[in-house]
Amino acid sequence: MAGGAATGASVTTDTYAEARTWLLLPAWAVLGFFVLAPVGMMLVYSFLTKEFRGGVIWEFSLAAYDQFFFDRGLFGDEAPKIEWTYINIFWRSIWQAGLATVMSLLIGFPTAYFIATRPEKVRPIWVFLITIPYWVNLLIRTVSMKFLLRDNGPLNEFLMSVGVVSEPIHIINTNFAVQLGLFYSYLPFMVLPVYASVERYNFTLSEAAADLYASKWTTLRRVLLPTVKPGVIAGCILVFVPSLGSFLAPDLLGGAKNFMIGSLIEEQFKGSAGNWPFGAAAAMILLSMVLVILMVFARQQAKSGKEAG
Amino acid sequence: MAEARQIAIDVRDAVKRYGDFTALKRISLSIHDNEFFTLLGPSGCGKTTLLRMIAGFEDVTEGGIFLYGKEIEDLPPNRRPVNTVFQNYALFPHMTVLENVMFPLEMLGKGREARARAGEMLELVQLSQFANRKPNQLSGGQQQRVALARALAPQPKVLLLDEPLSALDLKLRKAMQIELKHIQRETGITFIFVTHDQEEALTMSDRIAVMSAGELQQLGTPGEIYEYPRNMFVADFIGETNLLEVSVDAFAEGRAVCHLGGGHEMKVDAVEGIGVGSKVHLSVRPERLFLTDEKIDPDALHATVLENVFVGTNIMTIVDLDDGPNFTIRAANSDRGNARVFPEGSPVFVNGDRGAARLLVD
Amino acid sequence: MASNTDVRNYPGFVGITILCLVILYAPLIVVTVYSFNASASITVWEGVSLRWYADVFTGPDSEKFKTAAVNSFSIAIMAATTATVIATCAATAMVRGGRFRGRTLSFGLISLPLMVPEIVTAVATLIFFNAIGFTRGYTTILAAHIAFCIPFAYLPIAARMQGIEGTYEQAAQDLYATKVQAFRYVLLPLMGPGIISGFLLAFIISLDDFIITNFVKGAGVETLPTAIFGSVKQGIKPNIMAISTMLLGVSVVMVTISYFVSKKDNTQ
Repeated sequence: MAGGAATGASVTTDTYAEARTWLLLPAWAVLGFFVLAPVGMMLVYSFLTKEFRGGVIWEFSLAAYDQFFFDRGLFGDEAPKIEWTYINIFWRSIWQAGLATVMSLLIGFPTAYFIATRPEKVRPIWVFLITIPYWVNLLIRTVSMKFLLRDNGPLNEFLMSVGVVSEPIHIINTNFAVQLGLFYSYLPFMVLPVYASVERYNFTLSEAAADLYASKWTTLRRVLLPTVKPGVIAGCILVFVPSLGSFLAPDLLGGAKNFMIGSLIEEQFKGSAGNWPFGAAAAMILLSMVLVILMVFARQQAKSGKEAG
Repeated sequence: MAEARQIAIDVRDAVKRYGDFTALKRISLSIHDNEFFTLLGPSGCGKTTLLRMIAGFEDVTEGGIFLYGKEIEDLPPNRRPVNTVFQNYALFPHMTVLENVMFPLEMLGKGREARARAGEMLELVQLSQFANRKPNQLSGGQQQRVALARALAPQPKVLLLDEPLSALDLKLRKAMQIELKHIQRETGITFIFVTHDQEEALTMSDRIAVMSAGELQQLGTPGEIYEYPRNMFVADFIGETNLLEVSVDAFAEGRAVCHLGGGHEMKVDAVEGIGVGSKVHLSVRPERLFLTDEKIDPDALHATVLENVFVGTNIMTIVDLDDGPNFTIRAANSDRGNARVFPEGSPVFVNGDRGAARLLVD
Repeated sequence: MASNTDVRNYPGFVGITILCLVILYAPLIVVTVYSFNASASITVWEGVSLRWYADVFTGPDSEKFKTAAVNSFSIAIMAATTATVIATCAATAMVRGGRFRGRTLSFGLISLPLMVPEIVTAVATLIFFNAIGFTRGYTTILAAHIAFCIPFAYLPIAARMQGIEGTYEQAAQDLYATKVQAFRYVLLPLMGPGIISGFLLAFIISLDDFIITNFVKGAGVETLPTAIFGSVKQGIKPNIMAISTMLLGVSVVMVTISYFVSKKDNTQ
């Protein structure tokens, strides 16, 4: 029986322990060479000097980070002031991604809850319905959104025909369009983890709360939400993180005024106007932000995991 | 009779450690050829670990395991002529019943005779008509028989059974106990059976090894183990018993006079290692005691009936030795009218034949 | 009545769920419908026609789309196949390799492409190919796709393997199968659904990728998403809607297959 605890009962066994190094080698090699090494190289590039026609000169320089944070005037000889242009772009990205996350939560939580309370047999079908759009090409989805939201597109036509508005509402190329696009892109990421945790939720707790005179909404707030919090946080991260670095939604739906980090980075590598070290630095800053968020999240999950058991 | 028989499995000073935890503390035992041998003990006692070491799924930290005199330590499971019936059966869900039974034969390169042999095995377990079903289309009892047929198909030298009946309901389990015993006789293969169910062990086994906390507590036939438990653990684990802490007051005619408390005394066959004043444990099986309303035997103990519990085939009576400990007495409910039931509160005398009680030294 | 006694039921959640589905599907349905529009203008509806589908195959842009489609599908097939093989090996080591040092690190490395924002991976890959002097083109797209497809193939395969009890392989070994035979005849068939799901998901991910491809493709090589993006930059044309609808169809079919394959649980 003691042996059972070490081998039989657990799904992780050591049948192929001798071969594990060889089995992992291809994954290590491919991911190390094509993901890890490139990120390292990007870090190096962010400390190099820019070449005017794209690319870099192999000379150490802090210019990229300096340009990101400080304004030294047109000729670079003035006293450094804080450069707000890029910080503002980052700030706008955080804001947009945050609003998209809130929208996803407002729509996604009730949806996930509703699905999790369906009979067990039909739940997979609901989940399937929610996941299909995620697997459709993000570009196509964003283009579809653009098509739907145009001033004389189907949405406005519909709204005018039912008499909700008298003239087309202007959505495209606004901040709201970007939020809507991000929300639409990553909504399934909110629904799935929330669904997973609500499904595990023991509804006897809700019954106990009701028995102890809590109203439904109090039960939701005081009992259900605290219990499924890890799922909600996971959903928020899964929406927020990709939204932050998103390129397609702001590019196609937002227009030039509603620039986000993704577009800023992309621009640095297009044509001769680009600045590779600056782009690499901006990407490094974005990556650092994301990693910090993920680390805080991982620590929190570990903590709540410990509390749970 | 056992002397003449060959030894199938010889476990010599086997130790198993997982890091700091010792699952088996130097176990030695020999299992005879053609024997139905049971490893019995509560969960965590190391019986499954020992079985898995014989099967080759766990390595032996110290000591060795010999199969017909040959050390098998270095053989991987697939090179050991030993097969296992797993607790959850582990029938391959993507193969039919027949394919499952043919699997070991194919692996041994006996593909040509596999179908015929598998068919025979399915006949042995009376499942021929289910040959083309998938395991999940069978009941628990049928799956169990397929697992048995599959493990027997390659004619192993030893068959290991890891609590194979634990998932079955009581009636089916009883039927399977008899069938397993029958199949063991018919095939002549050595069976090593692991269970935590003492009744199952007593019913089926030729010999039983009682284990606890990684140690062998007692090895013997069901009768020996039941009648002569070597220590407190075995006495308590096997069957029901009245287990009392007593002190030895004196010796008379090779018997120890034990003080039970409240001025009650009982004469019990003396065992080695006790003297006057020793605190020892005394074990009396409830069915070895009987009640009378008059003191016929001078050694009978006077008591008061506390409670009668009707348990179908038996009547259990709990009595309180006046100022002393309680005893449970079991009387067969067989001869209607003769089995006397003493009402609660009535004074009675507790009698036992010589040898009913045993002293245990730990 | 039920809503009063059932603590699970929150009024209004049904409505939000329906709204959620409408939001998710409306754009896709609208584009699908308009792809059958007979009109040359995307705003006016002139009745049902397959005109724009014909245009995709025979119109002035048909050569461009055909080349892009061949690139997209050939890369997706190769990337998904390679990623699935690599992921199956990795999953076997992670799930059936016991506990070992570097296991957490390996898992981190495998899920790295899921954690790093796509735009960062894109930039990093571009810089890397530039630094080692690789000419960007078909091969660089393929390499990048294999890398980011690995976690998508890995997750369903590892999840599946975790659901398969270790006793099956132990039983196989007990019944005289070598470890390789136990893998080939028992573990692999049981993992089938997970492997198929993993492959299909990796395939879709590769087929869908725009950002990374856009960075590493170099001049002249286009996949369907980059070709569509290029077109859309000049305004949405009806033929783009037709091609989008077809691609959408491919994704839906693949996900549906994956769904039904994974539902077919052969371990019980």
